[in-house]
Amino acid sequence: MNTMTLFKARARNLNDDAGGSSPKCAPAWRAPFITLAMGLAACLLLPDQLGLLTRLFVIGLLVLSLDLVVGIAGLATLGHAAMFGVGAYAAGIFALRVMPDPLVGLAVGVLAGGLLAGLSGAFLLRYQGFTFLMLTVAVAQMVLALAHKARDWTGGDDGLSGYIMGPLFGYFEFDFVGKLAAFYSLGVLVVFFYVARRLVDSPFGLSVRGIHENRARMAALGAPVYRRLLTMYAIAGAFAGAAGALSAQTTAVVGLDSLSFSLSAEVLVMLILGGVGRLSGALMGAAVFLVLHHTASSINPYHWLFVVGGLLMLVVLAPPARCLAQLRARLGMTR
Amino acid sequence: MSHLLELRHLDKRFGGIHVTRDVSFQLSPGDRLALIGPNGAGKTTLVNQISGVLPADSGEVWLRGDNVSRMTQAQRVRSGLARTFQITTLAPHFPVQRQIELALFEREQLGGRAWRSIDSFPAIKTEAHELLSRFGLRAHASTPTQDLAYGEQRLIEMALAMALRPKVLLLDEPMAGVPKGDGGRLLTALDSLPKDLAVLLIEHDMDLVFRYASRILVLSEGAVLADGTPDEIRRDPLVRAAYLGN
Repeated sequence: MNTMTLFKARARNLNDDAGGSSPKCAPAWRAPFITLAMGLAACLLLPDQLGLLTRLFVIGLLVLSLDLVVGIAGLATLGHAAMFGVGAYAAGIFALRVMPDPLVGLAVGVLAGGLLAGLSGAFLLRYQGFTFLMLTVAVAQMVLALAHKARDWTGGDDGLSGYIMGPLFGYFEFDFVGKLAAFYSLGVLVVFFYVARRLVDSPFGLSVRGIHENRARMAALGAPVYRRLLTMYAIAGAFAGAAGALSAQTTAVVGLDSLSFSLSAEVLVMLILGGVGRLSGALMGAAVFLVLHHTASSINPYHWLFVVGGLLMLVVLAPPARCLAQLRARLGMTR
Repeated sequence: MSHLLELRHLDKRFGGIHVTRDVSFQLSPGDRLALIGPNGAGKTTLVNQISGVLPADSGEVWLRGDNVSRMTQAQRVRSGLARTFQITTLAPHFPVQRQIELALFEREQLGGRAWRSIDSFPAIKTEAHELLSRFGLRAHASTPTQDLAYGEQRLIEMALAMALRPKVLLLDEPMAGVPKGDGGRLLTALDSLPKDLAVLLIEHDMDLVFRYASRILVLSEGAVLADGTPDEIRRDPLVRAAYLGN
């Protein structure tokens, strides 16, 4: 059939109005609300595990921030601990030298993480792929070296300590068993989770996801690709800074390990375990990793990473989302 | 009549290879200019220079009376230039409607809004539905783009370009890879483009080129070999010898 025939044929009418259903975003409050309910239930049902739960909420927030970079923006990084550590040191130093108010300290951590991500991102985001990945490692190592060198401010190898957090909202004191620390961390996590959901389901989030899917297409649509990625990177840095500040405030100590390469790698493992690009997967991954760490390391303190390694292989080779889709297809369930 | 797009002595080299040689031409409202030439003639490289993906070594690109040679791709899009790609370039996991909304948010400069849900822009949604209906894709609004047939993905390419409400449209082989039997909807879409839109079409399907174009420009080894109406090009002995054969 030649082109002329095709013109005459007009195979289908272009004004086909057979209406298909429109895609819809889930309500932004739903997943954070479920997180709040589950977190509260865990705190109330496991009063002996408040330390673990606090750690879970803090690291969950860090993995959530990593998902904004890796899962949403499509930027593979192994230097995310830099923003976490800087947020932690900023909040700790602020509590020690300026004032011990937790919320103001949290804001300082947010600013510090966002600022580092904004400044480093302005340089890093000029590169892509493997080069970007290696440069994120380099930035994190440079920040670690600076923290090590600036002993007067960071405490160096000994870590930063000696500060006592003031009461939350000027009223609730941080208690010895860590009850307030757990509820405070959960509250902050839920608020940031809600913000992340709003962000991802907004036109800005759609644009960044579009860049992840196809950078050339988004550029051809007139999107300022570099600016969008930089904005998302800075926001994710602010989230990581918040997680760092929470860590500093709830443990009253900041160590060099908060800037370490192993922390960057661990949170990436957590994200992959939970599922990349879904936000809630970040929290699930953090929960699975930390609970596994907690239980497996208490059974065998030397070989617990074996279990994590095995689970990671399983998740990578048979991703839960793909398995679920295959199961649904076998059962004849449509989307 | 003022020109919508004007190329002045555009030149580009990749190392020792001269891919664009002193190319000049103009496009006015309503023009349907086809750019033809054998593989490797520099057609796509020329489109990349016009759209701002590649900087030209020398020469100028003028768009709606402004020199856009130093402008970014995004700035040129905002000035009224849109393009499609030779190889389908879409967000494969996005539902088709979201794909169109991407273009509409960028056109309305709403792509930086970071709080309101994408579902709370009724005008964007309505326009996306209209565009999908116009291109016969309304039934696929929620379908992931990668699940659509290749010909339908080519239609999305064109719908995305039209969502930007361009003044100048660069179509890089819109029929490439589409089975002949599936080309009807694409041809109809080409036919229904606004009359005042200036179109630069790169295509290897000579039936389509000679039927669709009001003017044809033949590129050979990066340089303009001939420029004229379809009849003039058909009769041009240089073109016949170099490209069309007998």
